Amino acid sequence: MNVLLFQPTAFVVAIYMLAGGNSAKEIAFNPAVLIASLYVFMLAAFLGYQLISRVPPLLHTPLMSATNAISGISVIGSLVIAGSKYDHHQTLASVLGCAAVTSAMINVTGGFLITDRMLKMFRKKEVVKLEAHK
Amino acid sequence: MSHPSYFLEATYLIASILFILGLKGLSHPDSARRGMIFAAAGMAAAVFGTLFHPELFNYTYIAIGLILGSAIGIPMAMVPMTAMPQRTALSHAFGALAASMVGIAEFVIHGSSLGGAKMGALGLEVMLGSITTTGSLIAAAKLQELMRGTPIMFKGQHIVNLLIFLTMIGSFITWLVNPAFFFLFYVMIACALVFGVMLVLPIGAADMPVVMSLLNSYAGLSSAATGFVLSNNVLIIAGTLDGFSGFILSILMCRAMNRNITNVLFGGFGAVIGTETGDATGTMREVTLDDVAVQLAYANQVVFVPGYGMATAQAQHAVRELGNLLEERGVSVKYGIHPVAGRMPGHMNVLLAEANVPYSSLYEMDQINPEMGATDVAVVIGANDVVNPDARDNAQSPIAGMPIIEVDRAKSVIVLKRGKGKGFSGLENPLFFKSVTGMLYGDAKSSLTNLAQAVQKV
Repeated sequence: MNVLLFQPTAFVVAIYMLAGGNSAKEIAFNPAVLIASLYVFMLAAFLGYQLISRVPPLLHTPLMSATNAISGISVIGSLVIAGSKYDHHQTLASVLGCAAVTSAMINVTGGFLITDRMLKMFRKKEVVKLEAHK
Repeated sequence: MSHPSYFLEATYLIASILFILGLKGLSHPDSARRGMIFAAAGMAAAVFGTLFHPELFNYTYIAIGLILGSAIGIPMAMVPMTAMPQRTALSHAFGALAASMVGIAEFVIHGSSLGGAKMGALGLEVMLGSITTTGSLIAAAKLQELMRGTPIMFKGQHIVNLLIFLTMIGSFITWLVNPAFFFLFYVMIACALVFGVMLVLPIGAADMPVVMSLLNSYAGLSSAATGFVLSNNVLIIAGTLDGFSGFILSILMCRAMNRNITNVLFGGFGAVIGTETGDATGTMREVTLDDVAVQLAYANQVVFVPGYGMATAQAQHAVRELGNLLEERGVSVKYGIHPVAGRMPGHMNVLLAEANVPYSSLYEMDQINPEMGATDVAVVIGANDVVNPDARDNAQSPIAGMPIIEVDRAKSVIVLKRGKGKGFSGLENPLFFKSVTGMLYGDAKSSLTNLAQAVQKV
């Protein structure tokens, strides 16, 4: 259970196994695209590890709100669902898409604004002193 | 994306690069703001590009979502800094909700024609998303004190949780193998929503930094899974960066408490503390305001160690004012920050930065500990476990092995505390009984303000 909850690698392996098990009967998901996606995922994981390890504890709260804002990128998937034409379930899809765009946009606008507000507060000693003398 | 458009893909590529540059900027406070402007520009590029997606035909719902989301998001960015933990928990919920709804919509539209691999990714996306949504809402409720912050436990909790978890996984797998049982998809969502609640209920307020990081990680992974479903690289990259950020933060937080993740999630820490709290006996020495003021005014070096008590008392500005006065008298003033002080990673740093403390005065635990021996006065403001010497000295202590800020090595320790009771973890703290320690009871904010006045008279 611990592994399932906490190991992103388990998540990758799970997807990979599912792909292997079912790709024979379904071709809706091109295996080449899946493999490419897995490469992107693994490289992003290594890059993420390198990038995040360099963030000092001082900035951990802004880091959390910044990554939150960035993961609001799911807005682009929501936009397509909210605006596309479908043969069935048009209303349901549009409403779900609209709600998804709303939630993602809350994170995008709110996340970037509050991150900037926080980062503005982290000042050097000289700057703080200058402002105090004004 | 059945009709690839080079313009669209180009905006996504630019967005990916700008996100990476943005996170790279966070490696130093000086470059952080510029980095975030990069990241925001990347987001704008991706959204702008998507508006020209060839499949789009109706912009009504898009406009409603964009405007409504911004209208709610902007006020949410204006909350006071003390409300940061609950705000962050709420935004985890929104992020996860967005990912789950994309997943559900994809399922409603395409059904089982998606194929096994995409259905697997979609299932994981919706499952992680649903767990994170309700889990984050409970965390936010606890942090906002709409619910009590202590662990909520009941008999047979582990068995109930295990049953819910197994039903969730069982429905997921059965649905994958036999897509005709489409209702199992909804059973899985229901289980995931309940499981999210059950996962956070037994977690105590002191463990919140770990849970916050973990939920951050889930929200990110859920976005990454969306990327797999839509075969969209920028979603995979952004989601993975978020997922890993949360993952690394949870490891750091666990390490700072010397506990493993299973223990945090299933231990119900704080509810079942044993009676073995060491021989914390003796009398606590109460000190007067004027005594402390004299000690501070004639010290060479003073270190403030804040904890969650500083946040609840809103005392960060009062600390800063006292610090200013001392610095004007030539005292070297430093702030020692424990990684798990407060309710989320970096909580104390943000509060002190808000009160105009320059970041060069904020010291990490490993930086400040070697200086403790040369410190004349260490002032503990509403912190307890992070300065508890039992963690270092008493192998039987429930927090044994947790790294602490070693204030007891300073020549004198002043503990600002609301009352004589134990801390939120219910642990006795031998620090309070040491001969170097003086207790100053009362609300931290008014104590500090009064101290500042007394220092001026010295």
